[in-house]
Amino acid sequence: MSVLIDKFDVFAGGFWLTLQICVLAAIGALILGAVVAVLRISPVPPLRALGTGYVNVFRNMPLTVVMFFAAFGLPALGSNADFLRIPGLDAIFTRLGTDLPYFRFALVALVLYTAAFVCEALRSGVNAVPAGQAEAARSLGLTFGQNLRYVVLPQSWKASVVPLGSVIIAMIKNSALIGFFGVVGDLSATADQLTSAEGYAFVPVAIGISIGYLIMTVPLGALLDRIEKRQAVAR
Amino acid sequence: MSQQTVLYDVPGPRQRRITLVSSVVATALLLVGAYFLVYRPLDEKGQFSMELWGPLVDPGNENFPLVWERIGLGFKNTLIAAALAIVSSLIVGTLLAMLRIQLKSLARRRFTGLATPVSYLLRGLSMLLSGVTRVCVEVFRGLPVVITIFFVARGFPEFGVTFDTLWYLVIGLTIYNSVVIAEILRSGMEGLPGGQAEAAAAIGLAPWQTTRMILLPQAFRIMLPALISQLVVVLKDTSLGFIISYEEALNIGKQIIGSLGNPIQVYIVIGVIFIVVNYSLSKLAQYVQHRLARGRKSAGGTRTGAAGTELETEAVAGTTT
Repeated sequence: MSVLIDKFDVFAGGFWLTLQICVLAAIGALILGAVVAVLRISPVPPLRALGTGYVNVFRNMPLTVVMFFAAFGLPALGSNADFLRIPGLDAIFTRLGTDLPYFRFALVALVLYTAAFVCEALRSGVNAVPAGQAEAARSLGLTFGQNLRYVVLPQSWKASVVPLGSVIIAMIKNSALIGFFGVVGDLSATADQLTSAEGYAFVPVAIGISIGYLIMTVPLGALLDRIEKRQAVAR
Repeated sequence: MSQQTVLYDVPGPRQRRITLVSSVVATALLLVGAYFLVYRPLDEKGQFSMELWGPLVDPGNENFPLVWERIGLGFKNTLIAAALAIVSSLIVGTLLAMLRIQLKSLARRRFTGLATPVSYLLRGLSMLLSGVTRVCVEVFRGLPVVITIFFVARGFPEFGVTFDTLWYLVIGLTIYNSVVIAEILRSGMEGLPGGQAEAAAAIGLAPWQTTRMILLPQAFRIMLPALISQLVVVLKDTSLGFIISYEEALNIGKQIIGSLGNPIQVYIVIGVIFIVVNYSLSKLAQYVQHRLARGRKSAGGTRTGAAGTELETEAVAGTTT
């Protein structure tokens, strides 16, 4: 069990890195997912097709394949994902600015993949708004944009919270994959390194890693259950 | 579709013109963007050359039969692992769901009619068991599948138990998915109208008979779409086998890339196959859901509550990896 105390800084570092990529990917996926969701319900057919195609492609492909695409495709497009070296942001999330691009590739893959699910969660929220609301807004003469902005989206938000939360939880769990794609030092890479390279006993390391993930997922899940119950009562 | 017509008016002639113009403009912009941002850089690097694509699309190429034989083998292995995982997680998940329902009802019993210490002991025991299963479910649901598979592959040899890599993958997937399926079924059973269980009790069925003969079949039926989308999840998760070097599609793809050096092309082919298979599975889930919804409507009983949980669980189940 001593590995948990001796190597506490390694576990903590892994936890911190996983948390970083989760926060960044969650922000990115929420923004991109909102854009795709608007595309999917827009009145212009080609944009709608684009949104639908995006969701179908990324929802049905394993994240592993998306990661490989990011790692091989982005360099072929002549980019090291340098657009993610956002000044100011890389002072907090130091990995964004490193020369090794794997953290940025993993982030791109995670954002692209999660955005498809975020879009579906938002759309299910929009569908939950009673049709009469949008009809009333239309009969007041609001345009499509105004309709979404003032009437539908503020109400759909309430219905989307729980699905969005489970998407985020799934994303936290998916982020474990990055350790196997050359990102050094996150929780899953830590597990690999401590057990194989440094020869620590398996069970304590497994416990430490599990605690690291459960700290992130279980409270969030409990919170969601709570919100869901409260909403059920309110309804 | 109905929602879309609600959000904006049925377009008149002017609006139709605007839509047409903006459609053309949007398509043109998309094509120009794709040309300059995707096609040009890829073409400059020679990614469209027959040298790289040949082994995958040209039947006359010397490597073509071998490459497709390998890819076929990879997908066969993927499907074997996915099939084993889904069958075993269905079995384990069903048992787990029944166990949890049983323990929950047991924990509520007061065991009157027995001596006081015995009844307290039994109550404590059933509460403990119920708590233990609850903790197990929360833990394995909260851990990433990758980590579960990795732990299984590393942990079992540690204790002197060694299998084929296929079984590590299947066990890892089963641990995670059986817990998820158990929760799907449990929420299905708890979403049923209370009268079902009461009627079963009234005709003298024991609790486990009630679960087996009344609740479980109905839960399966209601939760069928969610279960099918879980199938998609399992199929996608099988690709994680590459981290424990199980010879599934992605791992084979890696080997092909190792000898031919065409990563983008190979991953496009593998990605497309995955998308086709999973897309048809999701369509099947949608079709089943429509069928079920229609069946329920024609039966006359409108159970909006059950339908609501069904949609939610599908959204939740579809999101993992």
